[in-house]
Amino acid sequence: MVKTLAVTGLRKVYGGLVAVDNISFDVNRNEIVGLLGPNGAGKTTTINMILGVLEPDAGAINIEDIDMTSRRSEAISRTNFAAVYTPLPGNLTVCQNLSIFGRIYGVKSVRNRVDELLKQFDLESFKNTKCGALSSGEQTRVSLAKAMLNRPHLLLLDEPTASLDPATAREMRAKICEFAVQGLGGVLWTSHNMYEVEEVCDRVLFLSHGRILLAGNPETLPAEYGKKTLEELFIAVAREPLTLNDI
Amino acid sequence: MSLHRVFAIVLRQIYLIRGSFPRVFPLFAWVVVDMILWGYLTKYLNSVTSSGFNFVPVLLGAVLLWDFFIRIMQGVAMAFFEDVWSRNFLNIFATPLLISEYVTGLVLSSILTSVAGLAAMLLIAVMVFKLSFLVYGLMVIPFILVLFLFGIALGIFGCALVLRFGPASEWFIWPIPALISPFAGVLYPVSTLPQWMQVVSRILPPSYVFEELRAVVSGGTVSGMALVWSASLAILYILAAYRFFARVYRHALHTGIIARYSAENLG
Repeated sequence: MVKTLAVTGLRKVYGGLVAVDNISFDVNRNEIVGLLGPNGAGKTTTINMILGVLEPDAGAINIEDIDMTSRRSEAISRTNFAAVYTPLPGNLTVCQNLSIFGRIYGVKSVRNRVDELLKQFDLESFKNTKCGALSSGEQTRVSLAKAMLNRPHLLLLDEPTASLDPATAREMRAKICEFAVQGLGGVLWTSHNMYEVEEVCDRVLFLSHGRILLAGNPETLPAEYGKKTLEELFIAVAREPLTLNDI
Repeated sequence: MSLHRVFAIVLRQIYLIRGSFPRVFPLFAWVVVDMILWGYLTKYLNSVTSSGFNFVPVLLGAVLLWDFFIRIMQGVAMAFFEDVWSRNFLNIFATPLLISEYVTGLVLSSILTSVAGLAAMLLIAVMVFKLSFLVYGLMVIPFILVLFLFGIALGIFGCALVLRFGPASEWFIWPIPALISPFAGVLYPVSTLPQWMQVVSRILPPSYVFEELRAVVSGGTVSGMALVWSASLAILYILAAYRFFARVYRHALHTGIIARYSAENLG
């Protein structure tokens, strides 16, 4: 079966700093993979390389067997993303932003798709509101709606629920899980909320200093390393990465 | 190339301009001020000189065309700056959009905005100051095209500079037309310039445009060679500017500027 995402030997060095160090992993269809790690571990660098906005120094990225280097536009058309640090332009309305990105992603019947998403993400009342005038939680919902525009086969989410209240965050998690279960897609998800990760992720990868230190099921992984919770394991990875064996 | 994606870039600019007074006002304000200023100056010059020489087509016509060139260049840059100001690079470039589609979208956006400015200038120049384009003849059309192409080339070059050096470097862009104008011979023949400035003029397509238009107004004929040479130079500059932009973009992908643009000049 074709992997939704296959990353092989990915490496990125900024000056003398190794941000991502020879990592390999994959994401399968209908699977949610959590990319975890402390600040500066290399999560966002990895996501930026998968999004094609950062060139790797080595390694390969394939999205459904399409090579990112040689067929970037075709590969990227199967992805979409939402990141807490990348709101949509605040000087355009919700509807305008979604219409523009719908066209860029080659969505057919853009208007119908935008209407569908406005309803799905409870954004109908903000349809003609400029994104800059929305609360951070509302902007996050718009970003998630944008991320679903082209029904991506690979959805990249960088802390997608960071600015949401617990109730809205739960709703958004449910929508993303529904997307993963019912759709054609796989999800790569970064988060610092271990409760959220345990709830949604089928598999997690722990990154530290640009390397994958641990990988496995978020429900069983803590016990395998003598920790009670995923959060404890996260703290251990962040503070004492050298005590854990590289995988 | 996907026309849908090109259209999306143009549509973004239409959405932004529509109903935005701060964006609509500059499209017309400065060109109108220029037309009024130079219009009355030429009228005054016509009244104080006894030679019967008509300054309207020579000065006002030249200023009109020069303003059009500036609007084209700024139109490309402004459409690009919308992404800079709204910190939209990651959203835009993490999509299937190709660089050629993005740049084409910027150019088409510029055509929309500069044609609006051109219409306002023509209205004032023709209605108030009786500027007649008949004195230039049909040859004015290809020469306007040369200015248009060179404006696009400089616009793309300016965008590349800002992409390379960060948001603060937009101040490199605005003075570019002013730096070129002394060499372009907009208001005076190139022969007026010292030799070294004439050498620079020879590589600037607008200098041929204004020289030839002055020749036509003085009763001469247009040099076909000048037209071909200026058009060739303008096309060459567009190709070079696009190549430069693509190179800067690749550099930005390598260094991570696209992903962290607001951090400026990451190396």
